[in-house]
Amino acid sequence: MTPDIVIVGGGLVGCSAALHLARAGRRPLLLEVGRIGAAASGVNFGGVRVQGRALFELPLALRSRAIWDNLVDIVGTDCEYRRSGHLRLAKTPADLDAVAAYAEKVRPAGLDLEVIDGAEIRRRHPAFNATLAGATWSAGDGQANPRLAGPAFARAARAAGAEIRDNAKVVAIEPVAAGFAVATADGQRVTVPQVINSAGAWAPDLAASLGDAAPGRAIYPNMVVTEPLPPLISCSLGTYGNGVYLRQVERGNVVFGMGRGRLAAPDRAVPSAETSLAAMAEAAWLLPRLAHAHVIRTWTGIEGELADGQPVIGPSPRHQGLFHAFGLSGHGFQLAPAIGAVLAELATAGSSPTPLDGFSITRFTAG
Amino acid sequence: MTGQFVRLAETERPEIGFTLDGMKLTALAGDTVLTAVLMQRRAVRRSEFGDGPRAGFCLMGACQDCWIGDVDGRRFRACSTLVTDGMALVTLP
Amino acid sequence: MTAVIIVGAGPAGMAAALTLVEAGLRPIVVDEAQRAGGQIFRRPPPGFTRPPAALYGADAAAATRLHLAFDALGDRIDYRPQTLVWAVEPDAVHLQGPQGRVRLDRGPLLLATGATDRLLPVDGWTKPGVFSLGGSQVALKAQGVAIGRRVAFCGTGPLLYLVAYQYAKAGAEVAAVLDTSAFGDGIRALPLLAADPAKLARGIYYLGWLRAHGVPVHHGVRPLTVHGESVTGLTWRDAGRRLNETRCDALALGFGLRSETQLADLAGVPFRFDPIRRQYLPDIDQDGRAPAGAVYLAGDGAAVRGAAAAETAGRLAALALAADLGRPVDTAARDALRGRMARFERFARGLDAAFPFPVDLLDTATDDTLLCRCEAVTVGTMRHAVGELGAEDVNRAKAFVRPGMGRCQGRMCGLATSELHARLRGLPPDQAGRLRGQAPVKPVPLA
Ligand SMILES: Cc1cc2nc3c(=O)[nH]c(=O)nc-3n(C[C@H](O)[C@H](O)[C@H](O)COP(=O)(O)OP(=O)(O)OC[C@H]3O[C@@H](n4cnc5c(N)ncnc54)[C@H](O)[C@@H]3O)c2cc1C
Ligand SMILES: Cc1cc2nc3c(=O)[nH]c(=O)nc-3n(C[C@H](O)[C@H](O)[C@H](O)COP(=O)(O)OP(=O)(O)OC[C@H]3O[C@@H](n4cnc5c(N)ncnc54)[C@H](O)[C@@H]3O)c2cc1C
Ligand code: FES
Repeated sequence: MTPDIVIVGGGLVGCSAALHLARAGRRPLLLEVGRIGAAASGVNFGGVRVQGRALFELPLALRSRAIWDNLVDIVGTDCEYRRSGHLRLAKTPADLDAVAAYAEKVRPAGLDLEVIDGAEIRRRHPAFNATLAGATWSAGDGQANPRLAGPAFARAARAAGAEIRDNAKVVAIEPVAAGFAVATADGQRVTVPQVINSAGAWAPDLAASLGDAAPGRAIYPNMVVTEPLPPLISCSLGTYGNGVYLRQVERGNVVFGMGRGRLAAPDRAVPSAETSLAAMAEAAWLLPRLAHAHVIRTWTGIEGELADGQPVIGPSPRHQGLFHAFGLSGHGFQLAPAIGAVLAELATAGSSPTPLDGFSITRFTAG
Repeated sequence: MTGQFVRLAETERPEIGFTLDGMKLTALAGDTVLTAVLMQRRAVRRSEFGDGPRAGFCLMGACQDCWIGDVDGRRFRACSTLVTDGMALVTLP
Repeated sequence: MTAVIIVGAGPAGMAAALTLVEAGLRPIVVDEAQRAGGQIFRRPPPGFTRPPAALYGADAAAATRLHLAFDALGDRIDYRPQTLVWAVEPDAVHLQGPQGRVRLDRGPLLLATGATDRLLPVDGWTKPGVFSLGGSQVALKAQGVAIGRRVAFCGTGPLLYLVAYQYAKAGAEVAAVLDTSAFGDGIRALPLLAADPAKLARGIYYLGWLRAHGVPVHHGVRPLTVHGESVTGLTWRDAGRRLNETRCDALALGFGLRSETQLADLAGVPFRFDPIRRQYLPDIDQDGRAPAGAVYLAGDGAAVRGAAAAETAGRLAALALAADLGRPVDTAARDALRGRMARFERFARGLDAAFPFPVDLLDTATDDTLLCRCEAVTVGTMRHAVGELGAEDVNRAKAFVRPGMGRCQGRMCGLATSELHARLRGLPPDQAGRLRGQAPVKPVPLA
């Protein structure tokens, strides 16, 4: 079957796009240089949270929430997604004011957050550090197993007719009369009318090679996990500012992150021991009962972050038929399912019911 | 209750006392926690995932199948920790 | 200059320390154990009184010589016992020990991290009373205890007969020695084993001794099921495929040794597949030097060859390190050491041929058999991961269904998982890839 659209990058964004395109009757060919869903999408923290996002992101994030909530119907398996709720902790009264103000701001957009003060935190969560000033509680947020998500979307996409190829590195995308000639490292070439650039941290380079520049850099969020422990906390949580974020998986391991790892070689990021130790101290501060637990593993991954901390999602201003979705800046796991749906709409209908103002790549060139 | 391990040598060491889940027991100075426990019992812990009791396996700090705790909440590998007089052990989790 | 760091104080690490001191250096020696000695020359805690001959048998003289020489180094080395190296980074080495957490600047690194038992899952092998073969030896050597009243030994490798012999000599009841290798394997390996006639003779002696003392010894065995809540017996098939049961209250299980390579991985050393040992091993030159990063490897942690080879390799790697630091090196001595290493390698290959890794056990393992002890992943789950989920390599299988994801980081199940993965896909074992090491290489306390 000849493909009518190529997707570059088999992370959760690319896999979701493949699924939605195939279900819309298109013939997507997804090309992934490594393994499906094994980059940022496969190693992230697993937080599926809407709270804390920019106002203009909320329609997209809430659309994604609806997909996460119905994952079994959509991809046939739940990827261990649990609607466990998410707490955004405030350490100081000033932080509490900030998260409470955010709760006010997002209510009209349909995001319901409950503001809870220090006393209420202590009542609900006696295991937490007793000096917390408060939090906002988002009952509709959750967590999932990132290692399962990308491959599950890819399996569903394949079943719907998508062609998915791993170990296939795209080395060039060349605009031609019929659209784009996409060349892979093994010397193959395919010409299609449309291309989706969902190559994660590597996507900005691909975009730049086609004249679509977006300033950014790669980041390496540093992750830590403990041995399995008795139940301690059922929701996912984060700290206002750049503090620790943490969740306990059903098997008992407590996963948390804070700070950054580092690059050891091109495309090989490694966790940083100093960062891990700082995160461990912070986790122990937050949950004193964790103090005696043991850490069994640390890791990191490579993710693209743009200059303003927000993604690019939408058509290329230069090339008809080219769509970008990258720079997810450390919070794209939650968004990815909906981004794929939106990309499919853009490529098929030319527009999406989900407002995308704010995601345009032209924000970096205009003015 | 009979234990898993059997002493074959080095039995002249001084006796020391410890507790396991509140029960008073004795060991010999120089015993690892694993030896001390398995002289009395056949297991040191249960698998977190419901597949039954475990009693350590490698005795050299590799398999991590011998984790045990004490009343202060500390956790350590039974095979790589010497039992001390008065130690108050609790099985996990 | 940043100090040289030796990890491991077994024969390889001790010999390396001695050699570096002779070359005028003062290395830091980090070892997780309470006392220097490593696996074979492990010393019991203070207060134990058995003499070296009782602890180390035929190796007593070598053990005593190394222990004394190492202890005599005093403060010519910076020795840190009971200390784990939990992370190696481009510029630092991280320790966890009696001084708490310590960060060392990364100088030249000599890794002598040894080996642990190589295992295959057997139905019921997580039950109390089943211990690794090496662990069974540790119990006797370091604690003066037997793992049970009536002990069966099952698996393969020279350690199988040695430990059974040591148990019987110490007064334990040995229920049976159940060797998975066929008698013919040993015969065919004789030309290689002749590289070390004394060791070969010793192996034959243990077998003869056990037979002479009425211990049932069987070859070509396939273990099937461990019975009981705690061990009450083992069913197995003999070479003629007949079912047998051995009653016992403890089982020692081991199929040779595997190298402990996590730190080399973290240090960025490339790996290559060793088809004889069926394991990805650090890719080093004949002296133990890694291609980059001032990393050197010696002993069982580089490739399993036994204690005498470990000592030789420790010296050789230390000489390479000293030479790279511009110290004068006795090239004649180095060449002699290289010659010895070649002989050790020949003998080690003989052992691997005499005691092959019986990976066919994985084909007949029941779906319920636990593969990964830490995460309680069954063989059936792994079959599902490869078959239905399409896990392309072991790291994918780990990502999907968790073998190797627990506290031990695949030390117990990693090789079996690779072999199973490869067999399910009908490919040679190198095609399964290798589980990557991650810091901390062993659990460290959070606070
Ligand atoms: C450690 C970590 C923790 C995180 N935690 C969270 C979290 O808790 N919640 C959250 O919402 N987000 C989180 N994120 C962010 C989230 O993981 C990402 O935003 C999201 O997975 C991005 O998906 P993606 O498909 O765009 O990118 P990726 O998953 O990186 O996929 C891009 C793919 O493109 C492939 N590729 C690149 N170049 C080429 C080429 N030339 N040819 C073919 N293929 C190519 C890559 O191999 C890769 O598989 C985290 C990220 C990291 C790294
Ligand atoms: C249980 C067992 C029993 C054996 N018994 C015999 C025997 O009876 N006869 C025989 O000929 N051979 C025996 N062998 C083979 C034996 O391993 C070698 O003969 C020899 O001991 C190898 O020496 P080595 O120095 O390479 O490693 P080892 O002696 O294994 O020493 C490695 C040392 O490194 C330390 N270490 C490893 N990782 C770290 C880390 N991350 N941080 C700090 N320290 C670390 C370990 O604690 C250990 O002390 C046995 C092997 C094992 C595993
Ligand atoms: S018994 Fe294996 S780590 Fe203690």
